Amino acid sequence: MSNNKNILKLAYTRDGFGRALLELGESNPNVVALCADLAESTRMLAFKEKYPERYIELGVAEQNMATVASGLANYGKIPFMASYATFSPGRNNEQIRTTISLNNLGVKIVGSHAGLSVGPDGATHQALEDIALMRVQPNMTVISPCDEEEAYKATLAAAAHPGPVYIRLAREKTPVMTTKETAFEIGKANIMWEADHAPEVVVFATGPLLHNALLAAKELEHAVPVVVINIHTIKPLDADTILKYAKEAGAVVTVEEHQIAGGLGSAVAEVLAAHCPVHMEFVGVQDSFGQSGEPKELIDYYGMAPSHIAAAIRKARARKSA
Amino acid sequence: MITQQKIKEIELQAEAIRETIVQMLVAAGSGHTAGPLGMADIFAAFYFYILNHDPKNPQWQERDRLMLSNGHIVPVRYAAMAHAGYFPIEECLTLRKFGSRLQGHPERLRLPGMETTSGPLGSGLGQASGYAYGARMDGSKFRVYCFMSDGEQDAGNTWEAAMFAGANKLSNLTAVIDRNNIQINGMTEDVMPLENLRAKYEAFGWHVLEIDGHNISAIISAVEQAKAIYEKPTLILAHNIPGKGVKEIEFDYRWHGKTPNKEEAARFLAELRTMKGKIQSEHE
Repeated sequence: MSNNKNILKLAYTRDGFGRALLELGESNPNVVALCADLAESTRMLAFKEKYPERYIELGVAEQNMATVASGLANYGKIPFMASYATFSPGRNNEQIRTTISLNNLGVKIVGSHAGLSVGPDGATHQALEDIALMRVQPNMTVISPCDEEEAYKATLAAAAHPGPVYIRLAREKTPVMTTKETAFEIGKANIMWEADHAPEVVVFATGPLLHNALLAAKELEHAVPVVVINIHTIKPLDADTILKYAKEAGAVVTVEEHQIAGGLGSAVAEVLAAHCPVHMEFVGVQDSFGQSGEPKELIDYYGMAPSHIAAAIRKARARKSA
Repeated sequence: MITQQKIKEIELQAEAIRETIVQMLVAAGSGHTAGPLGMADIFAAFYFYILNHDPKNPQWQERDRLMLSNGHIVPVRYAAMAHAGYFPIEECLTLRKFGSRLQGHPERLRLPGMETTSGPLGSGLGQASGYAYGARMDGSKFRVYCFMSDGEQDAGNTWEAAMFAGANKLSNLTAVIDRNNIQINGMTEDVMPLENLRAKYEAFGWHVLEIDGHNISAIISAVEQAKAIYEKPTLILAHNIPGKGVKEIEFDYRWHGKTPNKEEAARFLAELRTMKGKIQSEHE
């Protein structure tokens, strides 16, 4: 993490997916791409042009996309199916549950345009419940990459993983915080920021909003020693890392561009309540739908800006001594 | 050409499957009766003649794939599989019991030879289409069959899949609709009219055949015709009698989702055994 946010490159997590899919086209002849009339915006277009015989168009039919993908995986292909997260895994949730998760077939579900940052399209297109929908399904792995580079690695890792995987992507360009060299392993959290002193609060963040968590940690550099951890895999959750740092810090803040109910915060709370109850603050969407606006406006309005995260960190620490 | 002797054997298997269905349902105490009895002839024709399969090697790569979309009629599939030698017939009595491989609705991972998991209606044709699409990409020679109910023609996913299969000319796919005219709430044409089903599928790019689903040679010849259609997937509209073989419940939609009690089962079995005797003597 650079000390100056302005020098971070901005890139689309969608591009990381598209880049990896193209490479998989070359390296793995079993990989096929399924699309529901959104080839350009889900970044399947390059794959479609280079491997037309392995690109399968469904039209605006996300339920059928899930069932056809299930059939392809059942036969032995490695299908990546992409749409906007509100439609997939939103609209086709039952098809995913029965024909992919219960069947335990290795379909890779890519939900793009997740979170409020979709912006002007408004609430209908802002998926704020997709993590919850996917993490309650047995056999499903849930990955929420923080940037373009991590989306690239997550896509490659998903193809190599035998079971079903959900990958959550954003619409907007977001800061690239990781590098080629940053390790990525499904289910293994990454430490992104560690204060010089023993941590008093640990922040678990997922997706591009990790950047705001890092900005908050930087803002509090001389006030509150903080550890910021990237939880790119929400399921299976890296419970060892979460418990280790929660015990050490004694206070936790979770950060996600998703409903508070059922997302990363809930997943972390489930682990902590069972093994190490500590004070917790949840940064995310508080049981409301979004609306049209610029991404930054929306993040500010719904309480996920660096200042909100910093306030949550201070509050979590204060509760320890209350 | 199929011999009369072979047809008789298949008819007898269908009656044996019906008996097993009644025994399973009475032991389970819940489940569906009309659909499984109505589809017994088609399942017998598939498991004892049409399917290229090996009950002792259910994962054989070259096998034909039979995807059951309307999972609630699975007792007929379990019974057909057991009679074909996939597992002991006695195991049928574990239907819907704790720990059984024979779940109330079928699960692929629990029973070898069960090609997919189904129950929620409308999702089988898409799965079969994806399977057929993948197989065609690799030049695999096996055929993919999808059995559906008529009630699940209400579901949007069915038509999304019909459009996809037609557009992609999946000629290695043959679908069969159990056109028995009943669903839970009543007659299909009262609940949500489906007709003209033939014209609808034809408009979606399918070749459509209509048969009496209780006529073994008609079933076999329709499937053979479907293999000869190279440009389209084929739909076999099988006109079936719900509850077929047990006169007192035939055509009665109330038997869609209930099972016989012990007294009813005894009557049903007696009638089915009489039918079996009749088939035996007719052909002798």
